[in-house]
Amino acid sequence: MKLDDALQIRDDVLAGRVSATEVAAAALRRIEEADGLLRAFLTVEPERVLERARDVDRQVREADGNLPLAGVPVAIKDNISTKGLRTTCGSRILGNYIPPYTATAVRLLEEAGAVVIGKTNCDEFAMGSSTENSAFQVTRNPYDLDRVAGGSSGGSAVAVAAGMATLALGSDTGGSVRQPASFCNIVGLKPTYGRVSRYGLVAFASSLDVIGALAHNPRDAALLLSVIAGEDRSDSTSSSVPVPDYLGAISKPLKGLRIGIPKEFFDPGLDAEVKAIIDEALKNVSTLGCDLTEVSLPHTPYAIADYYIIAPAEASSNLARYDGVRYGYRCARPGDLMEMYVRSRARGFGAEVKRRIMIGTFALSSGYYEAYYGRAMKVRTLVRGDYERAFEGVDLLIAPVAPTPPFRIGEKVNDPVAMYLSDIYTVTANLAGIPAISVPCGFSASGLPIGLQILGRHFEEDTVLRAADQYFRAFPVAPRALRV
Amino acid sequence: MPIDRAEVARIAELARLEFLEGELDDFTAQFQRILDHIEKLKEVDVVGVEPTSHAARGEGLAGSTLRADAARGSIPVAEALSNAPDPGNDHFRVPRMI
Repeated sequence: MKLDDALQIRDDVLAGRVSATEVAAAALRRIEEADGLLRAFLTVEPERVLERARDVDRQVREADGNLPLAGVPVAIKDNISTKGLRTTCGSRILGNYIPPYTATAVRLLEEAGAVVIGKTNCDEFAMGSSTENSAFQVTRNPYDLDRVAGGSSGGSAVAVAAGMATLALGSDTGGSVRQPASFCNIVGLKPTYGRVSRYGLVAFASSLDVIGALAHNPRDAALLLSVIAGEDRSDSTSSSVPVPDYLGAISKPLKGLRIGIPKEFFDPGLDAEVKAIIDEALKNVSTLGCDLTEVSLPHTPYAIADYYIIAPAEASSNLARYDGVRYGYRCARPGDLMEMYVRSRARGFGAEVKRRIMIGTFALSSGYYEAYYGRAMKVRTLVRGDYERAFEGVDLLIAPVAPTPPFRIGEKVNDPVAMYLSDIYTVTANLAGIPAISVPCGFSASGLPIGLQILGRHFEEDTVLRAADQYFRAFPVAPRALRV
Repeated sequence: MPIDRAEVARIAELARLEFLEGELDDFTAQFQRILDHIEKLKEVDVVGVEPTSHAARGEGLAGSTLRADAARGSIPVAEALSNAPDPGNDHFRVPRMI
């Protein structure tokens, strides 16, 4: 059974052509077959999954409620809380953590009839661009097992790409949904900040974090977003802007849309092969009746430095809660309270998390605050202003997602700055809070996936999804065989 | 800005972290490289620019959702203690403080 089309599965389950239990069993079989090599999942409890699927089947039989995701298998990134189901954030410090509550986004999925299939691997606390920073395992790219899946939502991207789940939730703080989607030849949507409730998403950088959607096509991403979007009383930063009909809006023609090409995203750091594929995609877009113009986002060259002050500053504060008192790892036999804090944190956190806590603590500390964090917040205003000006003249922007195709496992692990620079084209959307999507666009000569990024104005996911869907259908990427 | 082992150790203390003697040199070198990169922000003219602390801004956008200041139920004590490394009877146990 193919698991690559959520709308089809939903329709089949509702019509009784297939049961949710059969779909779930197929997903579990595929995990059994492929995940030993791919290592996308951290926790799968087959009995729990099948029991849940039987519940959905009962609901379908009794026509109980509106089930837009009836029977659809969904993978959840392991930094999103699931009551009673281990949630580690890819960290040793939460290695045995069982949340006492469920994230709003997961609750909404389950109310819509989705079946949570398991929890997926990620960089520890979502800090990374390759899923190599997990305390437990390295997730591999299904198109080349020696290459990274991207990150930090690498497990979620691989779960979808390899047919172990039909949809997945990830989180995107600086590109963590879009970049792994690009590396795994699937669709990854980062919604507007506040469009999806963060309640139950373990906090990394609270002014940037957003839960995003991973799917095989833009239509399924629209379906998923329509279920999880909206205001939530449990998250005061969730937005009350009305949620439009994403699926309904998707087929409106693109003719007349004005599209900007941000010239700073085509800098010398962009790999020649990626550039050639994106250039070809831009030519394709122009045949859909859109006007293309070059635009400038002049503060882009400062975005990585800006992001790598703001995100660690917020992380250093958010991660202060891991103190070995109420939950999580506590070191053995601490002599006193201070030793317990320090040893538990030093042993519980991995290297990258410690680096970011240290950078953040430094940037917020007395004597450095104004020069680093204070300045970074002002540069953030300028980055956001760049987008505001660009969107006065155009409706969407089109750009690459990542400067290179998926890189080799191990290639950047010892060079944090090189790893950070791989986020250059994605972090600005988080700093500005705007929606953006990654859509499959082609393969490199050596068979590695490359995605196209489409960015829109705040709360205009409908326009972003519409462009993505029409590009996706007009210029499909010929499928390639997975390695597993 | 150059950073040395002593400064790294001081920041580690603020962050409630520690680095073993053998880790400190490597960490200081990495910290320096990251710092060298983020120094790039000093090139930007920010005179008269207001800071942005949040992606949310404006009416109806994130941040405007406030609930009434009324007491609500919470999870039961047993559940709140269920992940504790050293749960006591209705409390969290920690090592001696003084």
